[in-house]
Amino acid sequence: MEKNTLTVKRGLAQMLKGGVIMDVVTAEQASIAEDAGAAAVMALERVPADIRADGGVARMADPEKILEIQAAVTIPVMAKCRIGHFVEAEVLQSLGVDYIDESEVLTPADEEHHVAKAGFDVPFVCGCRNLGEALRRIGEGAAMVRTKGEAGTGDVVEAVRHMRRVMSELRQIQHLRPDELYAYAKEIQAPLHLVEEAAELGRMPVVNFAAGGIATPADAALMMRLGSDGNFVGSGIFKSGDPALRARAIVEATTNFEDSALVAEVSRNLGEPMVGIANSSLQPEEMLAGRGW
Amino acid sequence: MSVRIGVLALQGDFAEHGAMLGRLDAEPVEVRQRSDMDGIAGLIIPGGESTTIGKLMERYALRGPIQALAEAGKPIWGTCAGLILMARDVGRRQPLLNLLDITVERNAFGRQTDSFETDLEIEGISGGPFHAVFIRAPVVRAVGPGVQVLSRLDDGTIVAVRHGRLFGTSFHPELTGDVRLHASFVEMARHA
Repeated sequence: MEKNTLTVKRGLAQMLKGGVIMDVVTAEQASIAEDAGAAAVMALERVPADIRADGGVARMADPEKILEIQAAVTIPVMAKCRIGHFVEAEVLQSLGVDYIDESEVLTPADEEHHVAKAGFDVPFVCGCRNLGEALRRIGEGAAMVRTKGEAGTGDVVEAVRHMRRVMSELRQIQHLRPDELYAYAKEIQAPLHLVEEAAELGRMPVVNFAAGGIATPADAALMMRLGSDGNFVGSGIFKSGDPALRARAIVEATTNFEDSALVAEVSRNLGEPMVGIANSSLQPEEMLAGRGW
Repeated sequence: MSVRIGVLALQGDFAEHGAMLGRLDAEPVEVRQRSDMDGIAGLIIPGGESTTIGKLMERYALRGPIQALAEAGKPIWGTCAGLILMARDVGRRQPLLNLLDITVERNAFGRQTDSFETDLEIEGISGGPFHAVFIRAPVVRAVGPGVQVLSRLDDGTIVAVRHGRLFGTSFHPELTGDVRLHASFVEMARHA
């Protein structure tokens, strides 16, 4: 019997495909998310919109909150650690979380190094803006990736930009000659064997979700249409007028992303969406997606 | 002749099952609503989150049609979350199909860091052990009359069952390259 293999780590992400992973800060929110059909929940201290509004240093959630959330639901519980903060990651692993998100949404703890994820028993998900960044994270041991998008804004434009870029680069490498892959791997600063693997498969070697700014059922369906394997929704649910209703609608739109009539149906009378901040109004230093190396 | 096999595609690793079927003489059909079930000779319920799939199954009124498919003698196979959904009792309230008279324990091995791979002997599958991947896996704690146990772990835990043309496995054959279980399911569907 073998535990913590790549197959098992990547496999849990495969089980989440076609689903929605929802940010929650309390056990009560976790139960609402589960009842609405979330495939997993992400435990964190504050949702990204509040991190933006409050400022200060954003860290791993209180272990007590994570334990309460684990006790409240049967679906997988993920939690976020700061980029490079391998002790936060070890703490989360010791709590028995099912997946760790080494996340740019929290304040980075290291401006040069990411967590050496392959050495952990628990699997990791990381954000990416392009194929090179995704493959660097996979090289460090990430078993799942997601777009960074621009968390806490309710503006999907950055998630679209990142997903389009990744999918386009995956299409391009399939047409490169084997000898051209060396130069390409160097150009995008990614491990050669992973570039070769992605070219051979014609897709990301691990499950690839969308995240960052998804606020409506139509946003969720859009990301699926662009090739996402599933959606993370952060502030979009619990910063809206009717979280349970909106959560259910986003779950349905993620499943039936090609059925626009159904997306229309579930989008009716959802109440107020999160207010949102247009990404074009953010100063460069206010953008979270630039965090990560 | 290629046989149409439905794969319930509400959430989970339905594409992986589709890819396995594509390697055989079978045409995978993604099932999201009732009309997708027209003309299918069998149905696979994939891995995923059983609460998510169950709620969507209820929302789109798929429970009745799936139960009718079983009554019509068509084979149905659930892997992991699919096994949970086919059970009669899982120890908590959630939408179930009640197709197999079994009691299932969800997340029976613990959290994700307790997930594992191992080799199994499976009754009716020749050609050596089957490499099985268990992810936050359920197990079968009790079986009713007529339910046949196909495979156990070394400690006796039941991880594969059959009742007539209905199958359930705790593990994920769709995550390995081994098509033997899918091949035997397709053959059964072809002759059902």
